Amino acid sequence: MAVIATKDTRLVVQGITGREGTFHALRNRDYGTNVVAGVTPGRAGQDVEGIPVFDSVADAVDKQGANTSLVIVPPRFAAEAILEAADAGVEQIICITEGIPAHDMLEVYHYIRPRGIRLLGPNCPGALSPGIANIGIIPAEVFKPGPIGLVSRSGTLTYQIGGELAAKGLGNSTIIGIGGDPVIGTSFIDALDLFQADDQTEYIVMVGEIGGNEEEKAAEVIAERITKPVVSYIAGFEAPPGKTMGHAGAIISGSAGTAAAKKEALEAKGVPVGTNPTEAAQIVADLVAKG
Amino acid sequence: MDLYEHQGKELFAKAGIPVAAGHVAYSVDEARAAAEQLGGVVVVKSQVLTGGRGKAGGVKVVKDPAAAAEAAEAILGLDINGHITRRLYIEAGVKIAKEYYFSVTFDRSAKMPLLMLTTMGGMDVEDVAENHPDALARLHVDPALGYRGFHGAQLMSKAGIPVEERKALAPLLATLYSVFEREEAMLVEVNPLVLLEDGTFLAADAKVTIDDNALFRHADVEAMRDLAAADPQEQAAREHDLAYVKLDGDVGILGNGAGLVMSTVDVIAQAGGRPANFCDVGGGASAEKISTALGIVLSDEKVNSVLFNIFGGITRCDEVAKGLLGALETTEIRAPIVVRLDGTNAEEGRALLAEAARPEITVEKTMLEAAATAVRLAKEAS
Repeated sequence: MAVIATKDTRLVVQGITGREGTFHALRNRDYGTNVVAGVTPGRAGQDVEGIPVFDSVADAVDKQGANTSLVIVPPRFAAEAILEAADAGVEQIICITEGIPAHDMLEVYHYIRPRGIRLLGPNCPGALSPGIANIGIIPAEVFKPGPIGLVSRSGTLTYQIGGELAAKGLGNSTIIGIGGDPVIGTSFIDALDLFQADDQTEYIVMVGEIGGNEEEKAAEVIAERITKPVVSYIAGFEAPPGKTMGHAGAIISGSAGTAAAKKEALEAKGVPVGTNPTEAAQIVADLVAKG
Repeated sequence: MDLYEHQGKELFAKAGIPVAAGHVAYSVDEARAAAEQLGGVVVVKSQVLTGGRGKAGGVKVVKDPAAAAEAAEAILGLDINGHITRRLYIEAGVKIAKEYYFSVTFDRSAKMPLLMLTTMGGMDVEDVAENHPDALARLHVDPALGYRGFHGAQLMSKAGIPVEERKALAPLLATLYSVFEREEAMLVEVNPLVLLEDGTFLAADAKVTIDDNALFRHADVEAMRDLAAADPQEQAAREHDLAYVKLDGDVGILGNGAGLVMSTVDVIAQAGGRPANFCDVGGGASAEKISTALGIVLSDEKVNSVLFNIFGGITRCDEVAKGLLGALETTEIRAPIVVRLDGTNAEEGRALLAEAARPEITVEKTMLEAAATAVRLAKEAS
């Protein structure tokens, strides 16, 4: 049945009249996602190829029953856009925007979390349930439906591993991009719990990278309550300390956040870690073959 | 963005945090003049964006301008962990009674600012945390609540700050937190935070990192950026909004997406090669963007081969191939390029490259094959 992007999704796209917003809203709709509304302040009454545009998320919820928001607005407006969606009562917010100030995200996180609203991202590619719905910018053509839940901090690396799995005839329940920023709404642990509860998911692939300690925390949770097999891959073994490697959150601070420490923590809990995406995909294929 | 000590102290002083008087100097003469102006004992400090200055001989206490000039002579040009000293901070000497440590860090794990205080100042805080964990007081500040007086009181009590010193220290901790918040810092660290013989406190060092994503709101901080000290490739990349990190090998690396490029860097090392850089060209595939990125990667003289690793998603591989061929027209190619195209329309993309038959390009199908070839070509060229 997949998670986050489902047949029950009623999507509102914040920033729908922007170039990227229009492109991805239509792409998501073409894939089969139920895109019910768009929001751009001051553009109420217009439409984007039949998708009605409203001034506010509250109106999109009220008039179209939107339950999930996709945020594709510039970084300086994005935190506000997320808060607006949360305040309007949507259940899930997926934020693609890269470059949101970290202190803005602290405020957003602590507003959203106690209210039980799901925030995916920011700085993430979104969520795709192959054959069901696509929310965000993941290239659906790379993936096919199947039993593997895939969660990742990186976009293209996810596509790489998804592509390698597809080449071996393996598909996915849902691909969840949790994002590359220091403060993100959905953690590896949240995604693992979603996959554990999902009927379609039989295996889980977790793709991490340098920075922070979410992979280490996930290792503890895997040992504690995830019964489905988990395979991991970590990027950034050669990254120098103190340098931001593209993603704002991908930085080794002092001796914290190294790929080696993450690999060690996962392996200590019995999670196999591939040394490169190809090897990780092979480990999964071997597991599936064994049944 | 990391700030030099003197820049951090500029932010401190603006907030009302006591710092010693000081002047920046770029030459021996400027250092001597600064020492004359300050009078008495001065400290000559290397300004580099790395730790361990003291151990490396980058900090000297001297008693007069002549000695300051001598110290400046020794420290200017000094290599500290690969950072060459190009500027000095000449600071008035102070009479230190005790050295403490205080920091506010952006704790991404807890998603809250973290306060740390210890009476074991002047040491590496990671050493304190490891060897004397009980001496390091730690306390989170709930962002919804903000910093309150009780935070400081609790922290000072946990750290074992003598009661008679707390009244003087409390407002300083509160103000340092306000700098963290107002300047949108990822780190504000004072090590040492010193108690002077007269019973007052002073920030004797400043390590401040501001969130790059917030710089659009902090033009004064952005203006502090030291363009001269920046690596030329990193500087050029920043101007073109490309993510580039210099490494020290000879295989240049370009790709789309931070995670995939990090992975490519790892795979080059696994194949026995030495990565020269990390360069994320991002989404899209315009010839102009690829040309700019390729130009920056090749401007590093150490580069002997280049791996261009693309996984096509929404950006199709045939578009990337066209972009690359277009880029070859405008960029001087002085090293062989290995191209790996996978994902959407990969076959069409590879066919376009085969048809163009450019001698400088080798096309490989998988990431691992491409890495092996790039490493081999780099070794042949070196």
